[in-house]
Amino acid sequence: MIFHETKLDNGLQIIAELNPNAHSLAIGYFVRTGSRDETADVSGVSHFLEHMAFKGNEKYTADDVNRIFDEIGANYNASTSEEITLYYGSFLPEYIDTAMELLSTLIHPTLRQEDFDIEKKVILEEIGMYDDLHSFTAYEKVMQAHFQGHPLGQSILGSVQSITDLTAEQMRDYHAKHYLAGNLTLAVAGNADWHKVLELAHKFCDHWPGGQTDRPTDEAQPKTGTQIITEKKTQQQHIMQLAPAPSARDILRLPAEILAVVIGDDSNSRLYWKLVDPGLAESAEIGFNEYDGSGTWLTYLCSEPDLIESNLQLIQQIFDDVNQRGITQEELDRAKNKLASRLVLRSERPMGRLSSLGGNWVYRQKYYSVADDLELLNNISLDDIQELLKKYPLGHSTTAAVGPMTTVVD
Amino acid sequence: MGKQLIQTHRFPNGLTLVTESMPDVQSAAFTIMVPGGSIYDPPDKRGTASILADLISRGAGEYDSQQLSSALDNLGVQRHEGVSNAHITFTGATLADKIGETLKIYAHIIREPHLPEDQFDASRAGVAQALLSVEDDARQKALVELKRRAFPAPWGLPSDGELAHLAGITIEDVRTHYKEGFHPDDTIIGIAGNIDFDEVRDLIESLFGDWEPSAGREEPALDFPTEKTFFTEQETTQTHLGVAYDAVPYGHPDYYTAWAAVGILSGGMSARLFTEVREKRGLCYTVSASLVGMPGIGRVLCYAGTTSERAQETLDVTLHELQRLGEGIDISELERCKARAKSSLIMSQESTSSRAASIARDWFYLKHITTLDQIHDEIQQLTTDRILGYVHAHPAANFTVLTIGPKPLEVPRDLS
Repeated sequence: MIFHETKLDNGLQIIAELNPNAHSLAIGYFVRTGSRDETADVSGVSHFLEHMAFKGNEKYTADDVNRIFDEIGANYNASTSEEITLYYGSFLPEYIDTAMELLSTLIHPTLRQEDFDIEKKVILEEIGMYDDLHSFTAYEKVMQAHFQGHPLGQSILGSVQSITDLTAEQMRDYHAKHYLAGNLTLAVAGNADWHKVLELAHKFCDHWPGGQTDRPTDEAQPKTGTQIITEKKTQQQHIMQLAPAPSARDILRLPAEILAVVIGDDSNSRLYWKLVDPGLAESAEIGFNEYDGSGTWLTYLCSEPDLIESNLQLIQQIFDDVNQRGITQEELDRAKNKLASRLVLRSERPMGRLSSLGGNWVYRQKYYSVADDLELLNNISLDDIQELLKKYPLGHSTTAAVGPMTTVVD
Repeated sequence: MGKQLIQTHRFPNGLTLVTESMPDVQSAAFTIMVPGGSIYDPPDKRGTASILADLISRGAGEYDSQQLSSALDNLGVQRHEGVSNAHITFTGATLADKIGETLKIYAHIIREPHLPEDQFDASRAGVAQALLSVEDDARQKALVELKRRAFPAPWGLPSDGELAHLAGITIEDVRTHYKEGFHPDDTIIGIAGNIDFDEVRDLIESLFGDWEPSAGREEPALDFPTEKTFFTEQETTQTHLGVAYDAVPYGHPDYYTAWAAVGILSGGMSARLFTEVREKRGLCYTVSASLVGMPGIGRVLCYAGTTSERAQETLDVTLHELQRLGEGIDISELERCKARAKSSLIMSQESTSSRAASIARDWFYLKHITTLDQIHDEIQQLTTDRILGYVHAHPAANFTVLTIGPKPLEVPRDLS
C-alpha cells in the first residue's frame, strides 16, 4: 500500500492509496458541497445537480455516459449528503483512461434545459419514493427540528415546491459557485499507477476553474422540543431523536464511534439487549454522525405504538446510567474488536477504502492507513470515553415521530 | 480470471464442505446452509423456521445468549443468521486466523442450541415486528407479494412467515422443526479466504463428523397459483408495481442466456428499462428486473415505483419494453452485458463473503462448483441470435401483475 498526494495548480487535491495486488480500482470525486451550502430558494439543488451530472456535456450525451460506463463494466453512481456530493466508480484497472475521462465529465455537465425538465420529474419521483419510507421522513424532520436556523437542517432532496420552482439558470449559478477545483478532492484506491493518475488528472482537470467556497462551520446550538408528524396509517411507530456530539475534527470523534457501538449497535449493545432481544422493538439503535463543526447522536426506535412510551423510558434509563457511570473495560475491548474487524474486512476492496480515504481528507486533510486507524482505535481508553460523556452526554434535544401516534411523551 | 483453488469434501454423514483458498486476502468467510427453511413450516404455522432462526443463537453449548454474542464479537465476526425458503443460513466473516475458533462456536449453535423456552415469546415478537415493518414498506411488500404469486407455494410464500399464524406457533413446534431440519445430510458449509484446505477439513471433521444423519423426509408438495392480477389498496405516495413472467432456473443449459436477456433489460444504467422508463420519460426513480429462482423454476421479477397519476403509463411502457425484447437485440447491448459480467466476476475475487456464499449456493443447486472461468466462457460464447432464440422460446408473456397504491391500474386483457 503506497500513499501519494498532490495538488494541481487550480487547487484540485489528488490523493491515492495504491495496491498493485488489487483486482480493481476505485475512483471518486469528493465535492465539498451539499444541502448545507444551499439557500432556501434553491433547496435540493445539490442533489438535483448530482443527477444532472449524468446527462453529459458537449462531447457526451446522457446516453453516451451510461453506455460507456456500462461498456467498461463499471460499478458507478453518485450520492449527495448535507456536506459532500460524491461521484464514484469501481473498474478493472485496464479501463482507467475511460473511467477518469467519464468521471471528470460528470463534474462539468452542460445542464441542457431539455434534460433538466425530464430529470425534474425523476427527482419528484424520488421525493415520492422517500415519502413512503417512514424512517427517512423521521430523519428529515428531526434534522430540520434539531438544526433549526442552522444550514445542517436543510433538506437534501428539497421539497416538491422547491424542486418544481427551481430553474436551470439557478442550477448553473450554483454549479459555477461551488464546483471550483479547490472544493474538490480526487481520491483513487486500488490497482493503479501514480504517474498515470497524474497524467490523466492533468489532461482532464487542468482547465477547471480554480478557487474555493467558504462554509461557515460554527457549532450548531440546537433547539429543544418535540415534533410530532402523524403519518399515513402505518403499523409501526418510528421515533428519531438527536443530541449534540463531537464534530468531524474533534479528537473525541473516535471515542464517539466506539460508544455508539457499545450502547446502540444493531447487535450485542445495551439497547439491543434491553429492547430488541426481548422483542420490545424492531430497531433500537444509536449512531454517531459527524459534520463540519457539529456532530449528532442519532437515536432510532421503531416498535409497535403501544410500546413506544415504555421503550423510550428504557432508553432514557440506559442513557442516564451511561452518563453517570460510563462503560466497562470489557465493553470497550469488545467494541474495539468489532470495529477493527469491520475496518480490515472493508479495506480488502478498493471500493471499501475509497470512502474513508476521501472522507478523511475532506474533513481532516489527513491520510490514515488501515494500520494508522487500528492504532488510533487501540489507544482509546475509558478516560477518553469519560471525557466524551462529560462534554457530549447521551440524550436528546429533539424528537421526530412518524406513525399513527398523535402524542409522544418527550 | 486466474486459477481458483476450489476443493470439496463430502463426509460419510452426508455433510458437504466446499472451500476456496484465496491466498492474497487477510480474511476468511463462511456460509453454512442447513436444510431447515420455511418450506418445511407446517401449512398453518408459517413462521416456525423464522422463529427458530432467531431463537437458535440465544444460547448454545456452554454459552448463554449474551456470552455467545460476546465471544463472536471478540473474534471480530461480522455475522448474520437468516431464513430462506430452503435453508436456515449462517454467514460470517473475520480475520483468517480467527476462522477456526469461530467455526467451533457455530458447531455449538448448530448442534447444541438451548432453544430456551423463556425466550420464545421474545423471538416470536421479533418475527412479528419484522413482518409489521414489511406491511409499512410498500416497495418491500410489493416484492414479497409478487414472489408469493409468481412461484408455487410453499416456495413463493414469505420465508419470514405470516402474521396471522404466529400466535398459533409453540416452542414445541420450533423444537420439532429443529429436530427434523438440522442434519448433516444436505447441509453445506462453504468457506473462502486465506485458508488451508486440509486444516479446515480436519476441523470440520472434528466438529461435525459424528453428527447423526436424518432418516430422510418428504419434500413439500408444490401448489401453483392460478390468479394473475392483484391490487392492494394502501395510502402511499407512490404506486408500487410488480410484474413477473417465466424464465429458466439456475443450472438450466440456457441459464446464462436468460441472464443476458434480463441484463439487456436491466443490467446497468444503459439498459432498456432504465433508459425508456426513467431516462427518456422521467416516469420513476426506480425500475428494475431480475432473474429469481427456486430449484427447477425460474422467473423474471420486475419492480417500478411511481407517483400514482403516472402509474398506468409506467406499467404500459414497462410491459411494452419487456415484450419488445423479442423484436431484436443490438450487438452492443450484448457486449455491455459481457463487460459487466467480466468485471463483476473479477471483482468478486476481492470478497471472501461473496465467494463463500457463491460456492455454497452452487453446491445446493448444481452439486458442483462453477468456476469463474467457466462462467466467463459461457457468457463470452453468447450471441444475439442465441439470446433472441431464448426470448422467443420463453417470451415475456403470461404476466403476473401486482400493484400496491391508492387505486388499481388497468392491466391489458391480452396479457392475462
